[in-house]
Amino acid sequence: MTDLISTVVAKYNYWIYITLMMIGLYAMIAKNNLVKKIVGMNIFQTAIILFYVSIGVKKGGTIPILEHAHGHEHHVVHAVDYINPLPHVLMLTAIVVGVATLGVALALAIRIYNNYNTLEEDEILTQVREK
Amino acid sequence: MRIIGLIIVVVTGALLIYAATDFPAWSDPASPASTYLSPYYIEKTMEETSVPNIVTAVLADYRGFDTMFETTVIFSAGVVCFFLLRIPRREEPEIRYYRHVLTGVTIQLKEGYKIPPSADFERIDAVWTPPDLIIKTGCRILIPFIQLFALYVIAHGHHSPGGGFQGGVILGASIILLAISHDLRTAVRRMSEKLIAILCAVGVSIYAGTGALCLLLKQNFLDYSALAGVLHVDPITARSHGILMVEIGVGIAVMATMIWIYNNISSAGRYRQGL
Amino acid sequence: MNEQYPALLVVVPLLSALAISVAGWVNKRLCFPIAVAALGVSAWSSVGLLFRVLNEGAIVYKLGGWLPPMGIAYYIDYLNGLVLPVVSIVALLNLISSKKIVEQQFPDKAGPFYTLYVLMVTGLLGIVVTGDAFNLYVLLEIASLTGYGLLAMGEERAPLATLNYLYMGTIGACFYLLGIGYLYIVTGSLNMVDIARLLPPLYQSKAVLAAFIICMVGVWLKMAFFPLHAWLPNAYTYANSASSGLIAPLMTKVMVYVMIRLILTVFTPAFVFSTLAVSHYIVWLACIAIVIGAVLALKERNLKKMLTYIVVAEVGYMVGGAWLGNRAGLTGAVLHIVNDALMTLCVFLVVGNIVYKVKGYAFADLKGLFSKMPFTMGAFVIGALSIIGVPPTCGFFSKWYLILGAIQAHQYGFMVALLFSSLINVVLFFRVFEIGFYEPFSDHEGHEHHPAVMAEAPLTMLVPLYVVAISLILVGLYTGDIVNHIVQFVIPKGFM
Repeated sequence: MTDLISTVVAKYNYWIYITLMMIGLYAMIAKNNLVKKIVGMNIFQTAIILFYVSIGVKKGGTIPILEHAHGHEHHVVHAVDYINPLPHVLMLTAIVVGVATLGVALALAIRIYNNYNTLEEDEILTQVREK
Repeated sequence: MRIIGLIIVVVTGALLIYAATDFPAWSDPASPASTYLSPYYIEKTMEETSVPNIVTAVLADYRGFDTMFETTVIFSAGVVCFFLLRIPRREEPEIRYYRHVLTGVTIQLKEGYKIPPSADFERIDAVWTPPDLIIKTGCRILIPFIQLFALYVIAHGHHSPGGGFQGGVILGASIILLAISHDLRTAVRRMSEKLIAILCAVGVSIYAGTGALCLLLKQNFLDYSALAGVLHVDPITARSHGILMVEIGVGIAVMATMIWIYNNISSAGRYRQGL
Repeated sequence: MNEQYPALLVVVPLLSALAISVAGWVNKRLCFPIAVAALGVSAWSSVGLLFRVLNEGAIVYKLGGWLPPMGIAYYIDYLNGLVLPVVSIVALLNLISSKKIVEQQFPDKAGPFYTLYVLMVTGLLGIVVTGDAFNLYVLLEIASLTGYGLLAMGEERAPLATLNYLYMGTIGACFYLLGIGYLYIVTGSLNMVDIARLLPPLYQSKAVLAAFIICMVGVWLKMAFFPLHAWLPNAYTYANSASSGLIAPLMTKVMVYVMIRLILTVFTPAFVFSTLAVSHYIVWLACIAIVIGAVLALKERNLKKMLTYIVVAEVGYMVGGAWLGNRAGLTGAVLHIVNDALMTLCVFLVVGNIVYKVKGYAFADLKGLFSKMPFTMGAFVIGALSIIGVPPTCGFFSKWYLILGAIQAHQYGFMVALLFSSLINVVLFFRVFEIGFYEPFSDHEGHEHHPAVMAEAPLTMLVPLYVVAISLILVGLYTGDIVNHIVQFVIPKGFM
């Protein structure tokens, strides 16, 4: 039992991100309003970004920027002092991709609104079936 | 739909929790991710690229190809928003509304007539509210400082957190602030649509062009050490300068795209009032 | 210049897309020639790369001059080498054919259209040629976003269909990203070959199993494998013909390539087929996909939607063939990537021609088309015969390998599904032939018999169509060479 509790406590970042992801996924599937689905999509992508960034943390490490690096003292750099820079780089890309997808989704929502005058999915489907 | 959604969410969540039991504990310094590839980046960045900000060095040099395509992603989002939403201005006659600035009198002209641009009359739309004087003046004072800060963020990407994306977004936000605090026409008069669209493409071209320049100088694509001959420095400093060049390209592209997307979405393609 | 082909392949279209974007604001007439030149250079580089791989074996190209896994590397072996020319040539042919469609439907947005078109081809080529798992995600997003933009321009229902595609496509891409994240957290690397080297001690780990499942589900969402196919028919039907002619042949096939790449290179076949024992169930799922695709195509009264359901069934062929787990099945799947891209391009170009002249694609609009548009319908006959699987067209040979693989793996259900779908395809296409051959009689009551006036599509739309139709037959005749010189080396030795 203590084993289970220590596992749960040591990895609490993973449980948080899984919860966020599932909230976002549920919103995308179950909600009726198109904009709420877009918001769910954003939550889903943000949870993945959180997951990646949490991979890079190291106990006792500081941000991956070398201080006083251009001076005449050449310190030896120990990797254990700095957190992992690679997930941050990957997530810069993922954030930009998320923003781009959000822009395209909103543009599509505006086009749909111009055609059907509503953003609720069931009303749109009734209008489509009538035509 | 809710039941299907619940089932899918529960199944997926169970799978992910099941897998997470195998992960290394949080902030474990001996995890595979922290011991395999990243020590190389942390220890060798200064001597190979002379850029103290390791994230910028990895972003723009080691994995610079990814970043070029990321800039392309944001560029293509701008093009998609323009492609889908923009309704071109027809030359058909339309009713125009003008407001005399000094007295506040609004006039409506018949179809086809218009007043040439002048300082006394501003063009407004059928739904229009006067922008608040405090907000207008406050933003007008703030915007140059915001832009200055954005340029600082781009230029200091080597030494502090920052870089092209962050600075570009702040630059774009300054123009969007102008559009929000005044109205869209004012912002479009400052930076016209054609200028923004061309700047967007120019920004990505700076990035891809730097890489192509390295290609022409007989190295692999995006190998900045090829620029050593052109810039008359040693290859390591050439990498640092190459990173700066591509960051500037990224900054310009991101700024232009943010403004472009905002213009198209907030006015639903009509470029009239905006929000 | 020879060594730089891998970079030219992707960089030239990228720079040209930016040039087209500027040209759209400055001088619209330059857009189309720049696009054709860019895709021409890509097609040339991809064919050149294929010949280099045939002579030298696998090629590694280091971007930025950094050795993998520190930097990103392009890794071109027989599988990429085969798929790359297919992608670039299909895109080029559709581009030539789309000039008239763009002029007819949205002439003032020609600049952004060609920009998005060339960017999408850049994304697809980049997905096929890369050897880095995260780079694949970025390029997948380029291809997806430009695809959404291209597909949303069309009829009134197009934006809604595209938004549904956007939701499902984003979930798919995010699942793929999550799977790569899981692999990163247990191995620490992002390069495909490097991950494959680091994985074997971890095969029993739950994280690797979950990574595989999540990656596969993500890729299946993007390729419209049953039951995740609901977005495809609507999204492809309501789009304009130029976009559907590009996306329908290529997007699903490139995602099948990604799946095969994950199975062969990242998670080696030892893990996929021996440690996991689910291939049996996935082949059954593929059978259901084929049957559902065929049956749903039967009830459509609308040529374009019928063809999209056939695309769903074809995805079932390829996924089932890859998961059969033997040499013949995988040969059939890889061969089918090439063949299906060409067949789908052929029939979608035909639909483009029909829509250009007749302005509709329902069955009622197709009456008497064999006399009005004989050349177009001639190519349609060749494409239909290929989808049915009649020798010497290429469709027969890939089906042959798939059936052979099914028999060798004792998956008789898959074999029955393949034959069943061929029969249904016969019914589908002969129904269309019948409508096309016969004029309505009521028009000629009491008048002298006017022969139908030939109103054929313009030459820029006919020439690419005939190039594709003839290549269907040529690829079929040269199947033996393709299999012996290329596909044979795709499959690792030791595969039974």
